[in-house]
Amino acid sequence: MNPYLPREAEIVGRTEESPNTFTLELRLTDGQPYDFAPGQFNMLYLYGSGEVPISIVADAEDSGVLTHTVRALGRVTNGMAALKVGERIGLRGPYGRGWPMREAQDHDVIVVTGGLGCAPSVSIIHHILTHRERYGHLSILQGVKHTDDLIWRSQYDLWAKMPDVQVLLAADVAEPGWHGHVGLVTALFDHLQFEPSRSIAMLCGPEMMMRASAEGLHNRGLAAEEIFLSMERNMQCAVGHCGHCQMGGQFVCKDGPVFSWPEVRELLGVRGF
Amino acid sequence: MLQPCAKGRQLRYPESRDKDPVRVTMQDSNFLPRQALQTLLDTLRGQGFRTLGPRVQDGAIQYLDLVDAGQLPSGLHDEQSPGCYRLSSGESSRCFTWAIGPQALKPHLFSARETLWHSARDASGGISFSDAAIGQQPMAVIGVRACDIAALELQDRHFLDGIRDPAYAARRQDLFVVAVHCSHPAGTCFCASTGDGPGATRGFDLALSELDEGYLVDVGSERGLSVARQLPLQAATADQRRQAEREIADAANRQERGLPSRNLREALFGQLEHRRWDEVAERCLSCGNCTSVCPTCFCHAEQEVPELGGNTSQHIREWDSCFSEGHSYLHGFIVRPETRHRYRQWLTHKLGSWHEQYGRSGCVGCGRCITWCPVGIDITQEASAICTDEGLPGDSA
Repeated sequence: MNPYLPREAEIVGRTEESPNTFTLELRLTDGQPYDFAPGQFNMLYLYGSGEVPISIVADAEDSGVLTHTVRALGRVTNGMAALKVGERIGLRGPYGRGWPMREAQDHDVIVVTGGLGCAPSVSIIHHILTHRERYGHLSILQGVKHTDDLIWRSQYDLWAKMPDVQVLLAADVAEPGWHGHVGLVTALFDHLQFEPSRSIAMLCGPEMMMRASAEGLHNRGLAAEEIFLSMERNMQCAVGHCGHCQMGGQFVCKDGPVFSWPEVRELLGVRGF
Repeated sequence: MLQPCAKGRQLRYPESRDKDPVRVTMQDSNFLPRQALQTLLDTLRGQGFRTLGPRVQDGAIQYLDLVDAGQLPSGLHDEQSPGCYRLSSGESSRCFTWAIGPQALKPHLFSARETLWHSARDASGGISFSDAAIGQQPMAVIGVRACDIAALELQDRHFLDGIRDPAYAARRQDLFVVAVHCSHPAGTCFCASTGDGPGATRGFDLALSELDEGYLVDVGSERGLSVARQLPLQAATADQRRQAEREIADAANRQERGLPSRNLREALFGQLEHRRWDEVAERCLSCGNCTSVCPTCFCHAEQEVPELGGNTSQHIREWDSCFSEGHSYLHGFIVRPETRHRYRQWLTHKLGSWHEQYGRSGCVGCGRCITWCPVGIDITQEASAICTDEGLPGDSA
């Protein structure tokens, strides 16, 4: 069994989220079952170009469709941006340790994301909304550099109208008419209603944003062990062999990408690691 | 019942009533005359092994195909110092009077470049994937050093524990290891300090101690035993045994370098802003020679090689180095842009975070990174300077 071998997938849907961000809906053509946990990722392969690690946004409730939101930044992702519905790509996975959804049961859940960090976190929200009775209050905090970078606006609006869900948005630079906060996402903590003893936080975004968020929530009484982060590093094999994703002793691809804060605190945001 | 000793030369063979009709007992008959080394090669080849051993190529000792014992580097010595490797001729009739060449077994198991899989695109745009063929004749390697066996064990853990790497596993499965205990450490060696040599204590099928007149043979596995039974072994004298033990002990005592401690995890990560990182970065060329010759470095990059026709493509991997810019590339930015970050990554990983990952240091004391560094950076000096907070070169503990 070759653990590096992709499977063929067909693009069955494509959405332009922003000028450089797109979502691909994929269906494996071999018909074999595929299970994943929120927070895991796949390696997506563009024929003749290479592989990239992309988080799994969500599946559409047993329809067998895997959703990946991708920002076109490098050679492979720029190539993927040109793919159309009906075209084929390669996919292998799922990989890594996902979000602590079991530990989060009976807790209030705080999801703090920055930029495209919202993509690996949407699966948390979907999971909680699908199993609403298992979880307490849900707070969703999302920060972006510019309001133009904010994708899924209608989705946030929808979530904000749900019972027991709080949505707080922040942008460093805001367009006219912006009703959210102007500034860092961490400033939203002042508007966050939560009881530290029964809460759990899940963070995803730029490392400095996650560090500041972890410290901010910890200072407001949340235990360090109740704070989880999804890390990002160069990943090429996704099974802990190629060595690129190491952060100290952690292989982000297989030990993570989701870590508890104490597991990565020593090197989080330290330049060069 | 005669059995191979579980820990090689430490246990040797148990006293036996010898119901087994075996000609060989390692208690009294484990001397292989020098001219009979060819029989070992022939026996291994007769069992289907491709035999490799140390030979001189490009001015260095390398593990190459070896069918004739006459191809061994008889009488050669290696002179190694920071940034320097030279072979020189001596008078000895021995074949293993050198320490190590630039490469351990690593390239023979973890190939420097190989195909992982193929993809093909048909006229309708469908993509199919197929395994790369792993055709591999079982290998037997003669003359493996204790430090390189320790490195092999670490690579085994990396590539075989958990998800198995198919290419590595295929080559490793049938590997037959003939160790030769080291009696001629180089100036850059420090295996005694890491506990990995100079004598091999495990991880071999056969282990040889070289004497002027021949070899003492230790058996480390069932396979080793079956090969040893084919050899014209003679009774070894007590003097020969003492001589073999003494040469290993002397080889340990002659080593001048050493690491301050076998576990530098806390010491190194407690000194992430030490001025020595900046200082060594002034000397380091970030060339990656150290990671190329390191027998435990496992990093590799994956790459796509499309065929010109456009209908097929190969997905390959090749050795990568944490000293390269691309190693830490992350969507448009470099995690380790400066040499000081890269040297710090290498050293804190090799001597520090390896303990978290594999329960021991990633350094086996072979000293290759010192010898093959173009500017002669010495890992033992850097580690000592950083961990003991003494900034001066040369004060290794």
